[in-house]
Amino acid sequence: MSAPVGLPRRRFIVDSALAGGGFALGMSLSGRALAVPAASGLAAATALGGSFGANAAGAEVTVWVVVQADDHCVIRIARSEMGQGTLTGLAQLVAEELECDWSKVKTEFPTPGQSLARKRAWGEMGTGGSRGIRTSEDYVRRGGAAARIMLMQAAANRLGVPVSELAVERGVIRHAASGRSLRYGEVCEAAARLDAPDPRSITLKKPTEWKIAGKPLKRLDTAAKLDGSKKFALDLELPGMVYAAIKDCPVFGGKVVSVDESAIAARKGVKKVVRVGDTAVAVVADTWWRARSALAALPIVWDEAGLGNRSSATIDALLKDGLDAPNAFVYRNEGDAPAAIAGAVKRIDADYATPFLAHATMEPMNATARVTADRAEAWVPTQNGEGSHASLAEATGLPLDRCEIYKCDPGGGFGRRGGNQDYVRQVALIAKQFPGVPVKLIWSREEDMAHDFYRPISQCRLSAGLDANGQLVGLQVRLSGQSINAFINPGSVADGRDERQLQGWYEKAGDAQLGYTLPNLRIEYAMRNSHVPVGPWRGVNTNQNGVYMECFLEEVARAAGADSWQFRRRLMANHPKHLAVLDAAAERAGWGKPLPAGVHRGIAQFMGYGSYSAAVAEVSIGSDGRVKVHRLVFALNCGHAVNPHQIAAQVEGSVAYGLSATFYGECTIDKGRVVESNFHDYPIMRLADMPPVETIVMPSNDFWGGVGEPTICVVGPAVLNAVFAATGKPVRSLPLRRHKLA
Amino acid sequence: MARLNVNGKMRTVEVEADTPLLWVIREQFGLTGTKYGCGVAQCGACSVHVNGEVRRSCSIPVGVLKSSDRITTIEGLSHNASHPVQRAWAEIDVPQCGYCQSGQIMAAAALLARNKRPTDADIDAAMTNICRCGTYQRIRAAVKLAAGGAKAAGGAQ
Repeated sequence: MSAPVGLPRRRFIVDSALAGGGFALGMSLSGRALAVPAASGLAAATALGGSFGANAAGAEVTVWVVVQADDHCVIRIARSEMGQGTLTGLAQLVAEELECDWSKVKTEFPTPGQSLARKRAWGEMGTGGSRGIRTSEDYVRRGGAAARIMLMQAAANRLGVPVSELAVERGVIRHAASGRSLRYGEVCEAAARLDAPDPRSITLKKPTEWKIAGKPLKRLDTAAKLDGSKKFALDLELPGMVYAAIKDCPVFGGKVVSVDESAIAARKGVKKVVRVGDTAVAVVADTWWRARSALAALPIVWDEAGLGNRSSATIDALLKDGLDAPNAFVYRNEGDAPAAIAGAVKRIDADYATPFLAHATMEPMNATARVTADRAEAWVPTQNGEGSHASLAEATGLPLDRCEIYKCDPGGGFGRRGGNQDYVRQVALIAKQFPGVPVKLIWSREEDMAHDFYRPISQCRLSAGLDANGQLVGLQVRLSGQSINAFINPGSVADGRDERQLQGWYEKAGDAQLGYTLPNLRIEYAMRNSHVPVGPWRGVNTNQNGVYMECFLEEVARAAGADSWQFRRRLMANHPKHLAVLDAAAERAGWGKPLPAGVHRGIAQFMGYGSYSAAVAEVSIGSDGRVKVHRLVFALNCGHAVNPHQIAAQVEGSVAYGLSATFYGECTIDKGRVVESNFHDYPIMRLADMPPVETIVMPSNDFWGGVGEPTICVVGPAVLNAVFAATGKPVRSLPLRRHKLA
Repeated sequence: MARLNVNGKMRTVEVEADTPLLWVIREQFGLTGTKYGCGVAQCGACSVHVNGEVRRSCSIPVGVLKSSDRITTIEGLSHNASHPVQRAWAEIDVPQCGYCQSGQIMAAAALLARNKRPTDADIDAAMTNICRCGTYQRIRAAVKLAAGGAKAAGGAQ
């Protein structure tokens, strides 16, 4: 075997001296041990039913695979599982190369502290941008394959035969000539002592050879979600725990001036009123309900930083200015679109608008922390464990190697629990004031609505020209609105040059490429930032841009008197993958075939996250103006389909998230703050509104695309285009509930 | 002080009478399968059964409950997740993040207890809990399966 490259060997020599220094053995089989902090909550948390850290007993063959004596294989998962099924998909990829028995697969999450101690052996932990599988598939598969190679070599050594004479299936290694066999559990310790093969020397299986990956397997993590036994971060209980409720200044950018603690001093169970930075106040009590009730009764005087006069109207004026401004960032300028449109036989113009949106994850923001003078730990529902780790270190002032994060599966993420780890910072600041005491911070739903990083607000002015034959001769797009990059890192988008806000209009192939070729095209962005915090929201900018582009194109097709599908097809000759999903959706939906009276179709295609999506919607409008979606057909080419059943679940999920935004979603601003406070005024789509969804998963097996986000950008446009077909009038602003359709 | 019958066990708890049942279940009894989602009876994540009917526990002050009221949480719905609704949920592979699913299962179990063969309209009317992951299509299929209907096509292996 060649020298180890890339796959770090785990050869910790943990002796009593080391173990005495505040560390204990997490496991000690086969002379290999992982040092875990003795003072940590790992033992307590694990006893509570959680699974925190890479600590499974057994032999660690590679960093991704621990094999146990009873043949169970524990597969390490670095990405976060928040419902999207990444845990199962990644395990399938590792198990495929490992050649193990799928019924004996278990999983565990390495902690960010373990990752740091082992030089990021598990790579990136952040889980967003639909990257969970597509940007780690290669190294996790090699990790599985390396383990298989080592297990087979160990078997060859034991049997005294060349490894080339062995075959493996479902974790049993057989020597056909002698009829002997060994199970993985019998050779795992010997395998773990071997040097790992050079990962570059490994030939991975072709997808056509897959037996576990590529199959519509059930999720690995369902059972505990059926009987209440699954512990979310919100459910964590630790001995001596106290509970915190928090209120941040409702006006973004404002500060706390004063609080009248005497007003709640006599309340039962209240332990302390805590200032959290300059902007927030927390009440800590012996139960969360008492903390929350006391906080509600606590008079707080705020300094609104002069922003209390900001409203949806002032932000609308800001965005309108961006539409009209003479100068903007010119992102694409092919041919001469203004001249082509000016000289066209027919000209179409429209302004579109979409609002701020909250993520509204079902599990509100929360985290638990325990901080002492020299150590901090936090239990966090996070999409970005390393981000949580950094936030904990920053807030406590402790070095990273004195901090640890136990990742809990978030009750929904959708981008809210990624880069912005505000709730970790808060709980750390509160817990610093209770040394050694675990503090659980839970946001009320009202706080969650008031302090999101909202989907950015934007408006879009589009112009198109048609020639005498109804051909599209030019398209001009001016986007005006808020920038996520400008909020996160203003320096990265100096002079307003922010391509990310134009996601879906990219020229470059492979990510979010515009699927149309136009002779004259001009795409511009006028950055206009309000005081409202913004961030990624499932599908991010493909959501709004998909509505703008695909709904406007529908207006253009109708102005040309053309069929919606065929009009798009004529612009897509250079984009065969975009075209293939559009055709697949149209054909499955029976585009052009008669529909029941009152039912109308809409079609859309758009690209994001490296995958190609198209949808056809069937819609009717009742005499009361109520829109009913009767059917949605999707076609998705995500390159390789690791689990078609879970991919379909993600498409169905994107419908619920996308239709909630299309029909209901809107965060308005008044007096500098968000008006909507809970689900009564921020409605979410419910089961009765859910149309039957048909999903065509059509992998072309020549690239790796995302799954969680790509299809959401065609949900709204397909439905809105069907509404247009029904009413004859385009819908140019969301949500739909603001429009009278009857 | 409140005396409550939860999952067949009488329990006594020292809390203010206006404390919502949800927080008594979670914080005093340690039954955390019942979730907090909104606190205003909108989302249904806190659904439990009171005398066999589905109720949103975030909006029931414990002071209004009598010791004769039978309260059932997800933990008390069945042994070993053997309730037909739980079995159907497993068969259809319904949950994504899972946070709302205790409430969804409790709502479905209450529906099927009073309506053995719900129509689509019955399911629409009864299943009003919010799921942000969007498992609604599979919830509908699982309710039908639990009611004895055919399994939806295209299920997982």
